[in-house]
Amino acid sequence: MEPCEFPDIERRLAPVLEKHGRDASGLLQILRDVQDLLHFIPPEAVTCIAGRLGIPRTSVEGVAGFYAFLSLEPVGEYRVLFSDNITDNMLGNRELMQYFCNKLWVEPGKVSEDNLVSVDTTSCTGMCDQGPAALVNGWPLTSLDHNRLDLIAELIRIRKPVAEWPPMLFEVADNVRRKDALLGEAFEPGSALRATLARGIRETLAEVDKANLRGRGGAGFKTASKWTFCHAAIAGEDGSALCDIGGSPVRFIVCNADEGEPGTFKDRVLLTRYADLVFEGMTIGARVVGASKGFLYLRGEYRYLLQPLEAVLQRRRDAGLLGDGILDQADFSFDIEIHLGAGAYICGEESALIESLEGRRGRPRNRPPFPVTHGYRGRPTVVDNVETFAAAANIGLHGGAWFAAQGTSQSTGTKLLSISGDVSRPGIYEYPFGVTVEQILRDCGGEDAHAVQVSGPSGTLVSWQEFGRRIAFEDLSTAGAFMVFHRQREMFAAAHNFTHFFAHESCGFCTPCRVGTQLQKKIMDKIAGGHGTASDLEELKNLGHVLKTMSHCGLGGSAANPVLDTLKKFPGTFERKLKALAFEPAFDLDGALETAREITGRDDEWAHL
Amino acid sequence: MSERKIRLATCSLAGCFGCHMSFLDIDERLFDLLERVEFDRTPLTDIKHCGPCDVGIVEGGVCNAENVHVLREFRNRCKVLVAIGACAINGGIPAMRNNIDLWECFQEVYQYEGGLEGGQVPNDPELPLPFDKVHPVYEVVKVDYFLPGCPPSADAIWKFLSDLLAGREPKLDYGMLHYD
Repeated sequence: MEPCEFPDIERRLAPVLEKHGRDASGLLQILRDVQDLLHFIPPEAVTCIAGRLGIPRTSVEGVAGFYAFLSLEPVGEYRVLFSDNITDNMLGNRELMQYFCNKLWVEPGKVSEDNLVSVDTTSCTGMCDQGPAALVNGWPLTSLDHNRLDLIAELIRIRKPVAEWPPMLFEVADNVRRKDALLGEAFEPGSALRATLARGIRETLAEVDKANLRGRGGAGFKTASKWTFCHAAIAGEDGSALCDIGGSPVRFIVCNADEGEPGTFKDRVLLTRYADLVFEGMTIGARVVGASKGFLYLRGEYRYLLQPLEAVLQRRRDAGLLGDGILDQADFSFDIEIHLGAGAYICGEESALIESLEGRRGRPRNRPPFPVTHGYRGRPTVVDNVETFAAAANIGLHGGAWFAAQGTSQSTGTKLLSISGDVSRPGIYEYPFGVTVEQILRDCGGEDAHAVQVSGPSGTLVSWQEFGRRIAFEDLSTAGAFMVFHRQREMFAAAHNFTHFFAHESCGFCTPCRVGTQLQKKIMDKIAGGHGTASDLEELKNLGHVLKTMSHCGLGGSAANPVLDTLKKFPGTFERKLKALAFEPAFDLDGALETAREITGRDDEWAHL
Repeated sequence: MSERKIRLATCSLAGCFGCHMSFLDIDERLFDLLERVEFDRTPLTDIKHCGPCDVGIVEGGVCNAENVHVLREFRNRCKVLVAIGACAINGGIPAMRNNIDLWECFQEVYQYEGGLEGGQVPNDPELPLPFDKVHPVYEVVKVDYFLPGCPPSADAIWKFLSDLLAGREPKLDYGMLHYD
C-alpha cells in the first residue's frame, strides 16, 4: 500500500466540512475549498468527504473529475491557466505561454519537478477585451505581455503568496463604451422593488408581459411566460396545476452567471457595476413567482467577484431589501446564496446548472419536464440570465411600455454586446435591438472586419457580405459575444479553435456529442497539419449533421456550427489547406515505423513506407 | 445471359478473424451469396493477392507496415472498400497497446519473458514491422462504408451485403446496431 501522505486529513478538512454541513448538495463547494487548500484532491480527501456526506467515493471522484478547476492529481502550488479563446490566440497567447514555460523550466500541461508550478490552457476566461488573459490559482490575470510574465515568474520563484502580488496584475477594466436604457440610468437600490410592491404582484407580471422581455442568454424565451409557468406549477389560481408535487410552496429563483460562451463578458461587467440591479431583478422575480430562496450561479472564472457580491448582498440585507419581511412586507422573505462553478461550460445550460447546484456533475437533464416545473430539488425553478434580471428590475421601476418603446416588435429593449477581437475599442456596448452589424463595427473601430462571430462558437458566423443583418431574435439572436476578425485572419484558425473548445467541454453523456466532437477535432487537426483532402470536408459535413440531429442537448447541437458556417461562408480558407489528392493518411506512415526500426535495427525495404 | 458476378475480397489485418467468423455465420445464405458473388482474395480461397474487385471488406486495424501494403492493395483494386468491426473502425482491442511505449512492449515480450532463447529482438525483414500505435483503417486509406459491431451480427452483414449487391445505399436498422 502507498504510504498515506495526508495522515491528518480529517483535521485539515474539518473547517471546510464544518462550513458546508452534511448535505451532499454541498459537494462541489466542498471540493472547491479542498482544491484551494491542498492544490488538488488527494484520495484520502475523497474518502473523508465521501464518509462525511454518506455517498460513495465514486460519486466524489465523478464530480472532482468533471470540473476543469478540480484536480485529482497534484498540480503546482501555483497553477497558471492561460485563457485559450481565439481572441487570446490572436493576441499571441500561445507564444507567451511558451515563453513563460521556458522561463520557469516547465512543460505545458506538466507540473514542475519541485511541484512549484504547473502551466496549461483553459477555456475562455471572459477577459477577451483585455487579453491575453490567464488565471493563477483561480484569480484572473489580464493584458499579459513579456514584462508582466517576467514579474509573475519572479513572484512564483520567490514563492510569494498570490494574495500579496501587486494588485495591478489583477486589474480588470469594465470598458463600458456605449450606454443606453439599462446601463445609462443611475439606479437607486430598492426603488424598483418599491415600485413593484406599490403596483402589485399580478400587475408587475403584466408589465413584464407587456414589455415582451425575452431571455438574454440567447434562446429568447419570454420571461413573463417562464415566471407564469413557475408560479402556476403548483397553484394555478384558476385551480389548474401544471404538475402535482405534493402542494409544497417551495420555488426557486436562479440567476445564471455561468457566462462560459467564449467571447462573452457582459455579465462580468453587470455583476461588477450593476449588481444591485441584478439582485433586485431576482427579488422581483421571487415576489412574482413566490420563491423564498435564490441562487446566483457564478462561474469559477469570476470567483474574484465573490467577496464584492457577498458585500452587496449584505448591504441589501441591512437595508431590508433581502431577508425576512422585505420592505416591511410580513409575507415577503427572500434571500440569495452564491454558488461557485468550477470550470464547466455545459453548466450554462439551465438543467446542467441545476445539477451542478445540487452538487453533482453538470450533466443536462432530459427535458421535459422543464425546470419551471421540476427544477432545483425537483421544485419549480426559474433560471434566467444575469442581463434578464437586470432588465426585469428596470421594468419593475419604469413599466412595460417604457421598456417596449425601444428595440423591434419581437425584440424589445436593449442588448449588451461584449465586443472583442480586431477592433480598436473592445468592451461593452449597449444597443437597442435591431442595430446592424455594420453600425456596431463603425462604433467599435472594426472597419477592417471581414467576419464576426456573433454569440460565440455556438452562434453564427457573419461574413462581410451580411453586415447589414441586425441584432435581434428575429435575425441574429445572441447571448452577447461579438468577436471580430479582420481581412488577414485565417477563418480556419477560428473554427479549429472552436472545435477544440467543444471537444473539451462536451460533458460526455451522449455518444453523438462525446465522440462527434472528438472526431470533428481530429479532422480539423488533420487539415491544419496539411493532411486534409476533399473527402475530409465531406466527413465534416456528415459529422455536423449527426451532431445537430442526434445530440442530447444544445452543446452537441451547436458544436458543428462554426465548422459548417465557415465551410459555407469561407470555403477558401479550408480549400487552401487541402491536398490535391482524393485521400491522404491522417499520420506520417513512415515516421510511425521509426521507433520499431530503432528497436530492431532494421533498415530494409520492408521497414519503410 | 447471366449477369457478371460481383467480385468480393476480404482480409483481416490486426483483428481476431471474429468478423470473418460472423460472416460465415450467414450459413445457408452463403449459397445465395455465391449465386451473385465470386470470391477473390479471402481466407476462404487462400488467394494471396487481390485482383480487380467490386467490393473489398477489411477486418482489423493497422498495426504494422505489412497491413499498409495489404490495405493499399485493397484500396487500389476494390471499387468499394468496407471497414468491418470495431478494430477496423476504431483500432479496437489491438489499440489497447497504444498506451504502452513500443520499447516496453518489445522488452516485455522478447527480453523479460522467460522461455525465449537469447533474449533478442527479432529483426528478420520477413517480419512485419510494427507501428508505434495501432490505427483505424480510415486513417490510412479512404473508406467508403463502416459496418460496426464486435463482431457485426451475421444478420447485419447479410443485410449490408444484400443492400450493396442490390445497388441500394446500405442501411441497418436500430436493432442491428444495438449491442446490449
